[in-house]
Amino acid sequence: MTSIVKALAFAGALAVTSALTPAAFAAKTDINVGLPLEPPNLDPTSGAAGAIDSVTYSNIFEGLTRFGPDGGINPGLAQSWTISDDGLVYTFKLHEGVKFSDGTDMNADDVKFSLDRIGAEGSTNAQKALYADIASVEVVDPLTVKVTLTKPNGNILFNLAWGDAVIVAPESADNNATNPVGTGAFVLKNWAKGDQIELARNENYWGEPAKLDKVVFKVIADPNAAFAAVMAGDVDSYMAFPAPENLPQFDADPRFRVVAGSTEGETILSTNNKMPPFDNIKVREALAHAIDRKAIIDGAMFGYGTPIGTHFAPHHPSYVDLTAQSNFDPEKAKALLAEAGFPDGFKTTLKLPPPSYARRGGEIIASQLRNVGIETEISNLEWAQWLEQVFKGKDFGLTIVSHTEPLDIGIYARPDYYFQYDSAEFQKIMEDLNNATDPQERNRLLQVAQKKIADDYVNGYLFQLANTGVVNAKLMGVWENAPTQAADMTGVYWAD
Amino acid sequence: MSESPAVPKQNDAATRPGLIRVALQSPSFMVGIVLTLCFTLAALVSFVWTPFDVTQLVISDKLKTPSGLHWFGTDNFGRDIFSMVMVGARTSIAVALIAVSIGICAGVPLGLLAAARHGSLLDEVIMRTNDLVFAFPALLMAIMITAVFGPGAINAIIAIGIFNIPVFARLARGAALSLWTRDYVLAARVSGKGPARISAEHILPNITNLLIVQGTIQFSLGILAEAGLAYVGLGTQPPLPSWGRMLSDAQTMIYIAPHMAIFPGLAIVFTVLGLNLMGDGMRDIFDPKLRRAR
Amino acid sequence: MLPFLIKRLVSLCLSLVAASLVIFFVIEVVPGDPASFMLGMNAEPDTVAALRDSLGLNASIPLRYWQWVSGLLQGEFGTSYTYKVPVRELIADRIWVSLPLAALALLLSTLIAFPVGVIAAARRNSPADVSIMGVTQLGIAVPNFWFAMLLVMFFAITLRWFSAGGFPGWDAGLFAGLKALTLPAVALALPQASILARVMRSSLLDTLGEDFVRTARAKGLSQRQALWRHALRNALIPVLTIIGLQFSFLLAGAIIIENVFFLPGLGRLVFQGITQRDLIVVKSVIFLLVFAVILVTFIVDMTYAIVDPRLRRARA
Repeated sequence: MTSIVKALAFAGALAVTSALTPAAFAAKTDINVGLPLEPPNLDPTSGAAGAIDSVTYSNIFEGLTRFGPDGGINPGLAQSWTISDDGLVYTFKLHEGVKFSDGTDMNADDVKFSLDRIGAEGSTNAQKALYADIASVEVVDPLTVKVTLTKPNGNILFNLAWGDAVIVAPESADNNATNPVGTGAFVLKNWAKGDQIELARNENYWGEPAKLDKVVFKVIADPNAAFAAVMAGDVDSYMAFPAPENLPQFDADPRFRVVAGSTEGETILSTNNKMPPFDNIKVREALAHAIDRKAIIDGAMFGYGTPIGTHFAPHHPSYVDLTAQSNFDPEKAKALLAEAGFPDGFKTTLKLPPPSYARRGGEIIASQLRNVGIETEISNLEWAQWLEQVFKGKDFGLTIVSHTEPLDIGIYARPDYYFQYDSAEFQKIMEDLNNATDPQERNRLLQVAQKKIADDYVNGYLFQLANTGVVNAKLMGVWENAPTQAADMTGVYWAD
Repeated sequence: MSESPAVPKQNDAATRPGLIRVALQSPSFMVGIVLTLCFTLAALVSFVWTPFDVTQLVISDKLKTPSGLHWFGTDNFGRDIFSMVMVGARTSIAVALIAVSIGICAGVPLGLLAAARHGSLLDEVIMRTNDLVFAFPALLMAIMITAVFGPGAINAIIAIGIFNIPVFARLARGAALSLWTRDYVLAARVSGKGPARISAEHILPNITNLLIVQGTIQFSLGILAEAGLAYVGLGTQPPLPSWGRMLSDAQTMIYIAPHMAIFPGLAIVFTVLGLNLMGDGMRDIFDPKLRRAR
Repeated sequence: MLPFLIKRLVSLCLSLVAASLVIFFVIEVVPGDPASFMLGMNAEPDTVAALRDSLGLNASIPLRYWQWVSGLLQGEFGTSYTYKVPVRELIADRIWVSLPLAALALLLSTLIAFPVGVIAAARRNSPADVSIMGVTQLGIAVPNFWFAMLLVMFFAITLRWFSAGGFPGWDAGLFAGLKALTLPAVALALPQASILARVMRSSLLDTLGEDFVRTARAKGLSQRQALWRHALRNALIPVLTIIGLQFSFLLAGAIIIENVFFLPGLGRLVFQGITQRDLIVVKSVIFLLVFAVILVTFIVDMTYAIVDPRLRRARA
């Protein structure tokens, strides 16, 4: 019996047993959500762990603006806003009657406190730079806040939607790590460390109440355990499923729906642009042609992922498909290497962080590079080592990493960023983009920027990470795309 | 081994033809030898030939079940598992062998020294340090060591080697202590030989058999330890195959490709089994008392 | 007796101090900064510095060593960097997985090893003995994590009797908890049982060869009677020593098995602590484990010394 047949046979058996339980007749109001990583704590304003946002974003904490499921920016705690003509002053009108889960009112003072806290001395906010342009936050009246910028920043509404800028209350902010107090549609009920986090519906929620009355996040990191848990119905949804190789089996099972939405994760072969021989553009161009994206997506991701030719999300309206410019052509790569003075290739390092896209992708890329004469020495690093050696120490030739922050092409304008791309021309494009508020001009500049980094072959552009997951076929309203790392449960419900 | 004809050998009963006859009569010893030779041979041959190139990934051939072409099937990158098991033998044997050598080279002199200075402060310090090393959870410390120096074959060797030192120190000290009371050692002392010379000339040759037996056991434990470290991602780095890492790669595939987990595991089992059987067999051969009892 | 006791106590204390120093400094040189790990790729340098400050990482090394050790003496292990809760609580949570798992594995291995070892010794060189010895050889050679994978393949995937991993917590009920620990305990028990059975057999054979057993045999006891009345009791001492050692090994050594089955135990806590650079958790848990082993060794030594006065002179 092949494993798929076995899975089907089992599914049949399970369908019979579940039909006998009374719960199958009424629509459920609770859900078990699988989480690949346990959040270290529940304070999204301190620390970069994505798992914090998975649990808290929109469920427990809300910001002035919020991401919609499509990645657009929607009103959050601010019901509307106006922007001054010079693009420097944003005036937010807050919703009325918003309460924190401890019963206190949310008003303009809390907004000022939360935003001031990000840039304050001793702040441990991981995304401080996003809010560096905020000059002052002013309370106009309890429901109006005026945010003044030092220079125009077309991204500020977008940045305010991040989990790192959620609104917290001064009296509870310090304890949010273990006892989160927010304005969201759910509240924390219980956290069994290492096992599960239980949220209950916030009955005093200011907006439309959640349809579910209970959400249990179950921490299941092990791919086999996750597979078994989904198959057994122990979890109803598991996004960012850790083993893409097991997804076809869910796909073949009518009880489940396999989701392959988009993420903001551009997976790239990061190249140390300052380190010889990668300071030679011909070498970087050779790298680009030596890589077979299809083999990487098939071999490392079992087919899930969209090839990219630049550092930009393909689902974004401004995306330009530049994959043809760096097509797989090993002969051309060899010729370019010879032209650059390396007819026999060279040796370099390939340092890989823990995710399987990097570890598996790394082995495939090493083999592809070897075919054009480039020998790589692979070292598998933990995240802490990777941050220390690669990100901070810039001690690497090549590395593979997925840049999961939304719309982060701006990192190429930072010459001290770990891949050390220093181009005055590109920095000028970014500056223009930041000053531009006209949508058409912004669109044009974004496309120019994409082409510029592709022309300079800054990094090897591999693929856009897919938001692969599996959900119960009867579950509605689950975010299929991942504009930010979130498991927004506010709109999720069970179909009968 | 020793120049003095007056020194009686501990195992003088075991003459060479006798040894071979005994060896041939012990089936488990023969099985052990054959298994060990098989894997050593596989490792040696892998230097010059493998059925497929283990560094060549053929994604289109991924996860093929065993067949005439790929005896053990292919892995998730389309590599030939049989070839990988061959090359993996090389890694396992090299790591374990060097780690045991570290244990012997550092541990035996320490043990002999402690025995020669029996009852002194030095003896106490050496033995207490040994106890201390034993008290540390070995695997966790190995993980710590690789966290400090980074993962890789060399650091795996160091981590495994360190925990081999007290094993050999203790063994050498214990065996040496009993020899120090023997008449021929007393005779050597009377004739004016110093402790270092006695240890080298009279003690060491007489504990060699013991060390070889223990070395074989530690060798097999080293192979298990290397596999364990590689399994948690801290041993040999890709692209060089290692049995432990092959198993960890196989783990999420066991639903769709169980053969990826079966063959490297069997390779570990048979190698360790071979070494253990060989070690036990040697103990029986070297120890006449046990042999008589048979 | 008293001088011996004092000597051993001093040596125990020195060992503990040495252990704490080794652990502290090994962890001190581990590269990778806890604060940069927690803040990720976009953090500003001053943010990292602020976090380091609030974690107390900027104090001098001797001061931090002193803070750690004086905390340990008062039973305070500090606060976890990542979870922001006292390390004591984390350990208290995890030990209720590790302890039952180790106990279950030990129970299983003893239950298997005792009868098997006795049968092998009693029927020496019989086909039963030979096959038992063969199976135990195999048991020692099987890497326990691979055996665990085979168990998962067979019992969790094909038969679906057990889940492939995870631990529902004791709140889910005793049965659910034990069910989740069954496969891991079996995986841990197999090599231990094999070793124990072999020790049991050889220890029995040794005592059977001793004078007092021979005398008993000469007085007309059958081989089996001699075995049960005299040999077994005397053979138990080395076996119990091995069991004691195995327990402390199982407590920390289950780390790989805890990883295979994704159990929230002590070993996994340390493993995650190392990767997340939650170093305060790592050093405290490792010290606790080392302390436990040193203490057990000390107690065993003392017990031996009380039982057998000759040992006092030999070891002192």
